[in-house]
Amino acid sequence: MGAQKIARIEGTALPMRGDDVDTDRIIPARFLRSVTFDGLEDHLFEDERAGAAGAAASRHPFDNPQYRGASIVLVNRNFGCGSSREHAPQALQRWGIRAVLGESFSEIFFGNSLMIGLACVTAAPEHVRELMTRVEAQPAVRLRLDLQAGTCTLDGFSCPIALPAHARDALTTGAWDTTGLLLERYEEVDAVGQRLPYVTGFQGRA
Amino acid sequence: MGKTLLQKVWDLHTVRTLPTGQTQLFIGLHLVHEVTSPQAFDALRARGWRVARTDRTFATVDHIVPTRERARPFLDLLAEDMIASLERNCREFGIRLAGLDDSRQGIVHVIGPELGLTQPGMTIACGDSHTSTHGAFGAVALGIGTSQVRDVLASQCLAMEPMKVRRIRVTGLLSPGVYAKDVILSIINRLGVGGGVGYAYEYAGDTIERMSMDERMTICNMSIEGGARVGYVNPDETTFQYLKGRPFAPEGEAFDRARAWWQAIASDRDARYDDDVVLRAGEQAPVVTWGVNPGQSVPVTGRVPTERAAGSDAKAVADALGYMGFKGGEPVAGMKIDVAFIGSCTNSRLSDLREAARIVRGHRVAPHVNALVVPGSASVKRAAEQEGLDQIFRDAGFEWRGAGCSMCLGMNPDKLVGPQVCASSSNRNFKGRQGSPTGRTLLMSPAMVAAAAVAGEITDVRGLVAEQVEA
Ligand code: SF4
Repeated sequence: MGAQKIARIEGTALPMRGDDVDTDRIIPARFLRSVTFDGLEDHLFEDERAGAAGAAASRHPFDNPQYRGASIVLVNRNFGCGSSREHAPQALQRWGIRAVLGESFSEIFFGNSLMIGLACVTAAPEHVRELMTRVEAQPAVRLRLDLQAGTCTLDGFSCPIALPAHARDALTTGAWDTTGLLLERYEEVDAVGQRLPYVTGFQGRA
Repeated sequence: MGKTLLQKVWDLHTVRTLPTGQTQLFIGLHLVHEVTSPQAFDALRARGWRVARTDRTFATVDHIVPTRERARPFLDLLAEDMIASLERNCREFGIRLAGLDDSRQGIVHVIGPELGLTQPGMTIACGDSHTSTHGAFGAVALGIGTSQVRDVLASQCLAMEPMKVRRIRVTGLLSPGVYAKDVILSIINRLGVGGGVGYAYEYAGDTIERMSMDERMTICNMSIEGGARVGYVNPDETTFQYLKGRPFAPEGEAFDRARAWWQAIASDRDARYDDDVVLRAGEQAPVVTWGVNPGQSVPVTGRVPTERAAGSDAKAVADALGYMGFKGGEPVAGMKIDVAFIGSCTNSRLSDLREAARIVRGHRVAPHVNALVVPGSASVKRAAEQEGLDQIFRDAGFEWRGAGCSMCLGMNPDKLVGPQVCASSSNRNFKGRQGSPTGRTLLMSPAMVAAAAVAGEITDVRGLVAEQVEA
């Protein structure tokens, strides 16, 4: 099953400062009460956005008009920790985000994002800081992420970005939609099942 | 050079290396619940796929079920829709379901073990991050997202990257009033909420070896709060005795063959670890979280940190203190609570309820506190009622509810209101986690929650345990 190839992502960015941003913050559990992912983007960071309403300076980045239309989020350490809800990357993607660039990610969030073609790439903490500062000073600046070359470039600045080889290959070749791949050689899957004693009920010699 | 349990299980379940370099891993048990599965079933329908191994798949309902009024259809139409769609999906795809009225219903991580579905040496997947719980049996248990649920349903496989293994050895005797929950909160505090990223945690050492399966589940359950997707304990006699006679456990000679296989799956003595950590349990005190992640905790005898002392974490500490409304330097003991919640897949098994009941017996919940006990499964509930635990809780002024996730997360009618402070035996104190955008959660052991309910404030449960010994 072929999916879209994602090798380059270009667009404006939105800085979302802070470590350990958990998925309950990204999308509170009450919005998971639906049998589809439709409309999740309307509730992205809903509780903290409500809390930060008011003066422009303290406004939540997702409500700040200068970041409207951003397609890249800049984050710090351990982004997406907590619950395994795919609703978190789904909400970001449906809002218009196509890549998350940060210091590090929780594994489940990273995997869930990859499964839906949302690129999560890492950069050194000082580079993330630099990018955030530049974007805050100049929100219209466009970032170019080249997953193959491993670079993030913008006017007057460039830094290396990284993602594990499997994720890079999956995104750039369009193999991030894994089900087809996993179904390709089902006989081999069956063979593994057959040799696992707990699958065959511990019959005969273990 | 020997192998770890993780390596052995990984090798046995490897189908092939995918073109992306990931491992195609066979999943031995897939547990399904109502919240993370509907979109996955829709994807199967859209592509005309079947469920690959219905014999390795089991479903229940837990996250959104009301724990008080369970008559159908639910008043909450969204919840009704989710339950009804799981029922429909299970019927259509031929999956076994312990539904709302089933005697086996309960939190997915409580019922897997108690039914004997969870066994050593398995790979287990579930669309829930606390799947790590099942590692207590020496299984490799992975929390996954909805697209991966789709993968496992369709192919019985996951595309996975290998993990490193960190052994965490806990040694020494726990004092009365100190529990597995305190141990795991200390581990997370020490290694950090992101410290386990890329690792599986192998819990070892004499303290862990002495623990019951219930306690080992509490430990493994919170691995993910330390960033480790997988946590496990090597299977031993305690594991085998627990499994014997469970509905899905092998019987008779098959059990003996299983036992031999299970023993062999444990980490070898000379296994190599990517990292090794030692924790002394003798010095362990009950732990309470004061902040907005499970790593922000102190012993109950301690004080909330000050921003100034936090160094590089100053910003995170200031943010957490601001949200919680606490002053840096304040002692945690004596903090007023509004709600006491005993439940969740971390601490809602029979032994948890027994410990909490021991503290509560003969006391009354403080007048300003709302207290509730939510058993982890219908079977825990029945067993507790047979022992009369429900009566002890009721007499003290606790509500006694039906099984479900309840106030662990804000998806069902059980929620905090406004900025209420909740002493909770659950696993996450994230902002808004318990259903109120300004609600505040203090994580602790069920016995500590019971003590706080009675005192109306955070209090060192060791004082009450000592009182009982003298009485
Ligand atoms: S009890 Fe809480 S943590 Fe456990 S499965 Fe339910 S919602 Fe998740």
